[in-house]
Amino acid sequence: MSVDKDTVRRIAKLARLAVPETRLEPMAAELNGIFQWVEMLGEVDVTGVPAMTSVVAQKLKWREDKVSDGNQADALLANAPGNEDHFFVVPKVVE
Amino acid sequence: MGALSTSLTGMTLAEARDAIRTKKISSRELTAAFVTAIEKARPLNAFITEAGERALAMADAADKRIAGGTIRALEGLPLAIKDLFCTKGVRTTAGSKILGNFVPPYESTVTRNLWDAGAVMLGKTNMDEFAMGSSNETSAFGPVFNPWRASGSNANLVPGGSSGGSSAAVAADLCLAATGTDTGGSIRQPAAVTGRVGLKPTYGRCSRFGIVAFASSLDQAGPMTKTVKDAAIMLKTMASVDPRDSTSVDLPVPDYEKLLDGGIKGLKVGIPKEYRIDGAPAEIETLWSKGAQWLKAQGAEIVEVSLPHTKYALPTYYIVAPAEASSNLARYDGVKFGYRAQGAHDITELYEKSRGEGFGAEVQRRILIGTYVLSAGYYDAYYARAQKLRSLIKRDFEQAFETCDVLLTPATPGPAFGVGAKTSDPVEMYLQDVFTVTVNLAGLPGISVPAGLTANGLPLGLQVIGKAFDEATLLRVASAVEQAADFRHSPVKWWSL
Repeated sequence: MSVDKDTVRRIAKLARLAVPETRLEPMAAELNGIFQWVEMLGEVDVTGVPAMTSVVAQKLKWREDKVSDGNQADALLANAPGNEDHFFVVPKVVE
Repeated sequence: MGALSTSLTGMTLAEARDAIRTKKISSRELTAAFVTAIEKARPLNAFITEAGERALAMADAADKRIAGGTIRALEGLPLAIKDLFCTKGVRTTAGSKILGNFVPPYESTVTRNLWDAGAVMLGKTNMDEFAMGSSNETSAFGPVFNPWRASGSNANLVPGGSSGGSSAAVAADLCLAATGTDTGGSIRQPAAVTGRVGLKPTYGRCSRFGIVAFASSLDQAGPMTKTVKDAAIMLKTMASVDPRDSTSVDLPVPDYEKLLDGGIKGLKVGIPKEYRIDGAPAEIETLWSKGAQWLKAQGAEIVEVSLPHTKYALPTYYIVAPAEASSNLARYDGVKFGYRAQGAHDITELYEKSRGEGFGAEVQRRILIGTYVLSAGYYDAYYARAQKLRSLIKRDFEQAFETCDVLLTPATPGPAFGVGAKTSDPVEMYLQDVFTVTVNLAGLPGISVPAGLTANGLPLGLQVIGKAFDEATLLRVASAVEQAADFRHSPVKWWSL
């Protein structure tokens, strides 16, 4: 499979990543280099092989259903690039 | 390295611990010596954030406790922390512009464990952006230079990566020990190319809480140290079960240091034949055979084993890791924390511009790979297939461990390389992790131990791979390699301001 400029534009959109028009072509070439190398996985017969879901066999732990922390509004907002009155500020979303 | 304590900063962690316990030195004296060494070593660019004043305050607090009779496992011992561990109130960047001003309101569990044992933090070390790289050249804070140079050369070499600031700091005696994280080799490869010890524990041994996530099913924290004994001491404190990381394992953490000296008589050491790769330098092959001889001479039995899917490990990794990264890094959107682009007209543009400007080239590449292999129509061909390959790679190890207790392999395909030498071709850079990445995919513990020098004076390491949660045996074998190798070399100090 080969990745072209339009594919890069499409996946960049999916990833919410602004890739400048001039970078689309070089990026396609870089990704193709990597995908060509990865193609070798196609030569392995994986019929009947289970996909790995957990690298260490363990039961997922349960915790008690109770509040363990809270009332941290100041700490939560301390790193926000835009905030006002305990709200995150973003560009207008609804007209 | 056992006996080279000529200066305060040249001590091993164990030596410094004993000197503090017997009150030969104070934590303040020791910490001040490291703070000075770090300032003088700025040309190496090993630290993103130096925390000298804070370190001295922590040292004073430790000295007070020692005077009061409280001496915990790492009391007063100065350490360097990879800038991927969130440290409360101290900037944590992950080597990225997108977290350039991020000051965590909480502490990672691993660093919390270290401070609770009395350790002192010297600062946060440089690293490849989001731990994606093998040379520390993708850092938004500039490359780190390896303290080692080839004999007779002034050319700067890379310190490995992604924990390149930590490896340089340990090799240049800027800390007693450092923390690293290892997703595909990021502790073991930098330790190997700087002539020091790097341990990646079993997946689940250390909590991942508060470590900036790269690929959650592969990431694991571990120590980078001057000796195997120091790694044993560090791991004992770093490891813990943690309610805040559901993948951390509820198993007892043994006193690894006490278990170091059992010897290796009768242990079976597997040599995986697939790790002989075309084009590897003869010096790597020679060192590897030497390592097997060393272990045999100490009573181990050497057996040849096969890990047939080895060659598929790196391509598998370059599907699985970017897929997880693309998902983990979705949180960086310029809204709640991190870098925000100016002049966006709507929310989507805010996301796209913040991410486009905030992430560097390698991180962008991996986000795009990950998004692609998870996207409709490609998921089965790439991601689902890679997860099956991962099962096969893990099965290889399980079968090999039916006939042996540990595996011995080279740590890297070569010594440290020049700054800029491998940046033009991503795949060439990825091949740095050819011997280490299999271990992450199988969730196993691995350690690299300095074992020799190349003809032009650069360090090379050997890797020992163990069974899941059997770090004790792993460390015992590593200790046997260390004793036989008797690696006492340190870099010539060219960097001092």
